[in-house]
Amino acid sequence: MTGAEMIVHSLKKEKVRALFGFPGGAVIDIFDVLYKSDIPFYLTRHEQGAIHAADGFARASGEVGVCIATSGPGATNLVTGLATAHMDSIPVVALTGQVHTHLIGNDAFQEADMVGISRPITKHNYLVKNVDELPEILKSAFYIAKTGRPGPVLVDIPKDIQQISTSMPYPDSVDIRSYKPTLKGHTPQIEKVAYAIEKSQRPVIFAGGGVIASGASQELRELAHKIQAPVTTSLMGLGTFDETEPLALKMLGMHGTEYANYAIQEADLLIAVGVRFDDRVTGKVSKFAPKAKIIHIDIDPTTIRKNVEVFLPIVGDVKHVLTELNTIAKPADSKKWIDQIRDWKQKHPLVYTKDSSSIMPQYVVEQIADLTRENAIITTEVGQNQMWAAQFFNYVKPRTMLTSGGLGTMGYGFPAAIGAQVSHPEATVIDIAGDGSIQMNIQELATAVLYRLPVKIVILNNQSLGMVRQWQAIFYDRRFSGTCLRRDAACPPDCDRSGDYCPKLYIPNFVKVAEAYGAAGFYGDKPEQVRPLLEKALKTPGPVIVEFRIDEDENVYPMVPAGAPINEMIRGMA
Amino acid sequence: MRHIINLEVENHSGVLARIAGLFSARGFNIESVSIGKADPDETAHITLVVRGDDWVIEQVNKQLNKLIDIIRVTDVTKAKNNFVGRELILVKVNCSPSKRIDVSQIVNIFGAKVVDISKSSMTLEVTGSESKVNAFLEIMQSFGIKDIARTGTIAMLRDFNG
Repeated sequence: MTGAEMIVHSLKKEKVRALFGFPGGAVIDIFDVLYKSDIPFYLTRHEQGAIHAADGFARASGEVGVCIATSGPGATNLVTGLATAHMDSIPVVALTGQVHTHLIGNDAFQEADMVGISRPITKHNYLVKNVDELPEILKSAFYIAKTGRPGPVLVDIPKDIQQISTSMPYPDSVDIRSYKPTLKGHTPQIEKVAYAIEKSQRPVIFAGGGVIASGASQELRELAHKIQAPVTTSLMGLGTFDETEPLALKMLGMHGTEYANYAIQEADLLIAVGVRFDDRVTGKVSKFAPKAKIIHIDIDPTTIRKNVEVFLPIVGDVKHVLTELNTIAKPADSKKWIDQIRDWKQKHPLVYTKDSSSIMPQYVVEQIADLTRENAIITTEVGQNQMWAAQFFNYVKPRTMLTSGGLGTMGYGFPAAIGAQVSHPEATVIDIAGDGSIQMNIQELATAVLYRLPVKIVILNNQSLGMVRQWQAIFYDRRFSGTCLRRDAACPPDCDRSGDYCPKLYIPNFVKVAEAYGAAGFYGDKPEQVRPLLEKALKTPGPVIVEFRIDEDENVYPMVPAGAPINEMIRGMA
Repeated sequence: MRHIINLEVENHSGVLARIAGLFSARGFNIESVSIGKADPDETAHITLVVRGDDWVIEQVNKQLNKLIDIIRVTDVTKAKNNFVGRELILVKVNCSPSKRIDVSQIVNIFGAKVVDISKSSMTLEVTGSESKVNAFLEIMQSFGIKDIARTGTIAMLRDFNG
């Protein structure tokens, strides 16, 4: 078997249902084998689209997402996608071509040191120098990507390695002596946790992406009900806990709900499950959960005590640990606390102006939730669109909210939606987008149309880079530098939107862009158009862009200023 | 605090780059690194000297453990049974023929060796703990040091006798 044949054989052995990628000189041999194989291949229009699609596929399905790119520029175009998957612990295997082994280091045509470039943004990576090592490396790549704390693994394969034959078989399993993730939690620690819960009066569960990675939503629900603790989630944890449940606090942190942030600040016990205490969650770390003892359950020991002091750490797989904890946990003394939580939820709900003459983005998200009966896979771009999508949709199931949480990658949502749609052909997949982000990977409309992937893109168009603009409005005295997407050559450098000259022209015309790619495009700028256009989009077969013009001054609230304690929230502009 | 951390690693290409990359990306400070093939020869032995408070050292240990090619991380400064730490240095000092006796006396006191000699200089080899090596260098400064090469510390745990 040649190296190229071994690669495709490996994809079959790993039951890869989809391969996203883009060809080039250093991977022709692999594509030549794919030509005769039955591995479904999706040709994207950019390698970044390929890796985000593989990532979206992985997030939606729980399987390993796989993409392929050629050496040099093809491989470097994967960088943002690798970093995105790395920050959010998503299992992705990226296969890259490399120049001939004898040319490596010669600055050959389309050569880039991909193992060097990707080292800090992958869980692990390999340069294959000997074809006999290829089978074991490929097996290891899949194994490392999906076990422990998942992450992206890159395998860089020189062209000659693809052409040479090997007699080595593809292994059924690998044993890596230096890589043994801890799955089972330490039982005496778990007993201490159960004891702490029983003694607690104001417990809060804080769940993150680790619960999704571990497939432990059921166990989480059981724990919350058994011990009677409210549950808040990070952005990555949305969907782990049914947000329509009375115990749900929705998201916490910078743009979290007021009641989630109050609950954290008043809690006497914080049970953190599969989270890493990102700064967008904690705000000022020294003032985070000041009254709480923190229990931290995570498979990655490096997350423990990295950002916050922990009272009881448990290293292990969340599902293992929660299963064990559930067998011994007793209810907390939380009756009054639950009343308090209910009171906060009633007094401080998420709000927005309902009688506006312009379309409110929050209303659009609510209507999407209503029309899909909260039964859709939502992807988002990054910025205000992402936060509104996080706040105003009630996520009820894991793997239904796909968003770039850690890296905050604009341009992620649409290719991720393509990946999600490939993994769930029957599902309604909706990318909630901003007009800035969508333009970063809009070329993938070709992919969606040609492969008949009926992704719906809802663009909340505020004609600006809204989240940065929001910071400028609140913290930079309305100095809107570089955030207006109508800005043209005649604009003054110091526009604060108060001058006479303001260009009316907005480009592109998204409806025409959609049509140019053979997709459907709809446009609305009045509130009463929102629901009918969304209904029409959902009924239209194939990919659709729905563009809604929204007010550029509409901001995301509540908002905790960076570096402030999370109960010091801005609720709106005066 | 100064910590000496021993690593047993897979002898794969790029392992040192992974460790160096980890330290630079996370802002940890390495004082010295020494690396050599070990037995069996698919593994290599690395000794790092790292400075940092308890929080930094805990993260350093965990992050090193997380690297896939690292088989074992041992913070020898934390070990109960203590450890032996040694460094080898070569130092070239200014030395006219008339000073050779003086230099040789100090060399003898420190159990060092003369490994090269010329009309104007002597090259000396000394092995020992960090404090011994530093004391030796301090005394040699009065002659004028022309060049120094040092291996960085390597270390091994003592076995418990008792």
